[in-house]
Amino acid sequence: MRRLLLVLVLALVAAACGSDESAAPATTAPPDSTTAPATTAPADSTTLPPLQEPGFPVTITSDAGTATVERRPERIAALSSVFVEMLYAIGAGDQVFAGDLFTNYPPETDSLEKIDSFNLNAEAIIELDPDLVVLSFDPGDVAASLEAVGIPAVLMGTPSSLNGAYEQIQLLGDATGRSSEAAELIDQMRTDIKEIVNELDGKARGITFYHETDPFDFYTPNSSSFVGALYAALGMENIADAAPDEFNSGFPQLSPEFIVEANPQMIFIASSGESVETMAARPGWDQLSALRADGTVVLLNPDVASRWGPRVVDLLRAIAQGVERFYETL
Amino acid sequence: MAEAVAPLRRRTVRVAPFVWGVAVLGAALAAGVALGAVSLPVRAVVLELLDRLPLIDVESGLDARQSAVLWQIRAPRVVLAGLVGGTLAVAGGAYQGVFRNPLADPYLLGVAAGAGLGATVVIASGGGGGAVLTVAAFVGAVAAVVATYALGRAAGGRSTATLLLAGVTVAAFFTAVQTFVQQLASDTIREVFAWILGRLATVGWADVRLVLPFAAISTAVLIAHRRHLDVLAVGEEEAQTLGVPTTRVRIVVVLAATLGTAAAVAVSGLIGFVGIVVPHAIRLAAGTSYRIILPLGFVGGAAFLIVADLVSRTIIAPAELPIGVITAFVGAPFFGFILRRSIQS
Repeated sequence: MRRLLLVLVLALVAAACGSDESAAPATTAPPDSTTAPATTAPADSTTLPPLQEPGFPVTITSDAGTATVERRPERIAALSSVFVEMLYAIGAGDQVFAGDLFTNYPPETDSLEKIDSFNLNAEAIIELDPDLVVLSFDPGDVAASLEAVGIPAVLMGTPSSLNGAYEQIQLLGDATGRSSEAAELIDQMRTDIKEIVNELDGKARGITFYHETDPFDFYTPNSSSFVGALYAALGMENIADAAPDEFNSGFPQLSPEFIVEANPQMIFIASSGESVETMAARPGWDQLSALRADGTVVLLNPDVASRWGPRVVDLLRAIAQGVERFYETL
Repeated sequence: MAEAVAPLRRRTVRVAPFVWGVAVLGAALAAGVALGAVSLPVRAVVLELLDRLPLIDVESGLDARQSAVLWQIRAPRVVLAGLVGGTLAVAGGAYQGVFRNPLADPYLLGVAAGAGLGATVVIASGGGGGAVLTVAAFVGAVAAVVATYALGRAAGGRSTATLLLAGVTVAAFFTAVQTFVQQLASDTIREVFAWILGRLATVGWADVRLVLPFAAISTAVLIAHRRHLDVLAVGEEEAQTLGVPTTRVRIVVVLAATLGTAAAVAVSGLIGFVGIVVPHAIRLAAGTSYRIILPLGFVGGAAFLIVADLVSRTIIAPAELPIGVITAFVGAPFFGFILRRSIQS
């Protein structure tokens, strides 16, 4: 009996090892053309070749490696809310059919299919028959599974700067046949951001602040994180920069003591459910001058503050308005 | 457990349980390969698999994408689940024999936690996967099992509960160290987290190739020692009088079981309870001799994990339930049942 099992296992393994390469990504040849190389092609020449779209096929390189998008994708699964926002902003919204569970902007995205992107099952995604999948997180190696069946996949994590965000927008543009729209969006964002910075005229320089994303464990973005870099670009001083971040995560953990001791001039709240009242109610926090009646607390939209998409401009504007308010109270 | 063993006479092992075992495994394999989020016609799946066998050439009718789903995604996953499940079940059975403890299990002895720590260190330091990961897992696992055994002895003999408590202590410590290492490298935290819950998501046959030699060595060594474990079950002194080199056997069996566990943990994360559910189910159904438990354990463990994985990838599709959740859901109540029995006897 055991010998039988051994034979069975060996046969399976032999088969597995033997035919690995032949099953590699879908070839373009139809299955019945195995006997006929290029020479017996007259039948093909009678049928017109598919209309060549400008810009396709395009080869894109992301954290998932290199993928080829053969034709303009019409059924995109954008499994991160930030990519959904980017795609809509470059006019590719019609090509998107699915977002992740956090997808909520723009409002038209209500009708999208919503997929839990944290524990993806590769087969289930394939069953939805997407022609492009965009991921921001992929511990289960779904991207590789998609590549194996010939579905192009893009994997892009949080960038550490505005330029990184622009690159992602451009890549999505190139992958969806919206290169020029993407370039226009990036130009517009650059212009808007420059305008906001100019208008602020250096007023933000040197203001100390605390940007709260995590009211439980106080992991806080420092200037090397994406959102922290925006403040840094305005010349503001992040109290989290003084905290050790040995592992360069961009999010050192602070303690309530550290925050009270630092006594920042401004507080930006980017965590949902928190307010001036809930903060002041924390033990010892009433000592913070920003939480007093004449202090300046800015409530940011948590979605806008955590996504590196086109609404970064809105985030920067909210920060700038907060700074203006801070000056009025002086 | 000991009273049912007759080491002096070579009682023949009944064949019927093996026939049943192989039939169940066959059914599990078939279900695992035939079912999934992408629905493929069963007939075509069978033809496609036949086509992959050497010397057979049939047309399955699957298109390139379906064929890739079957062969690059589903089949390797089923085979991996089978290998991991079989290895863990045999390792669990062997630990129970060598420690003469019905509650021993790679998970409860802290072995899996040790392997987890070793693997986490490698993942967090960004240093290579594959064989490096397995070796690191093995080092951590050996450290854990030695610590558990030493602590268990120091705490007073080898009673069932003492060893288990030692295992729980060691597992808690190793898990704490692992969490610390994880915190240090927060950019890989999600990867580690997904892996702790156990996962069999795999692409192609690389993981199968990685685990296969370790699983084969471990399982072969353990099954080769099945008679020794039967003799050990009678008692240390009796075994020595019968000429069994008990110390050597213990060391070899523990190392082999630990190697198998480490390899399984390295490719699939922490999947608990397989090593306790399967051997005990076999004891209840087919007999208490390790000549049955170990070989049939491989077959049963493979079937169990293939089915658990099938549930994991289909029950909340398109998302996936971590497989460790499913084995714990089945295994924890079963463990309670065994615990009750072993305390009563």
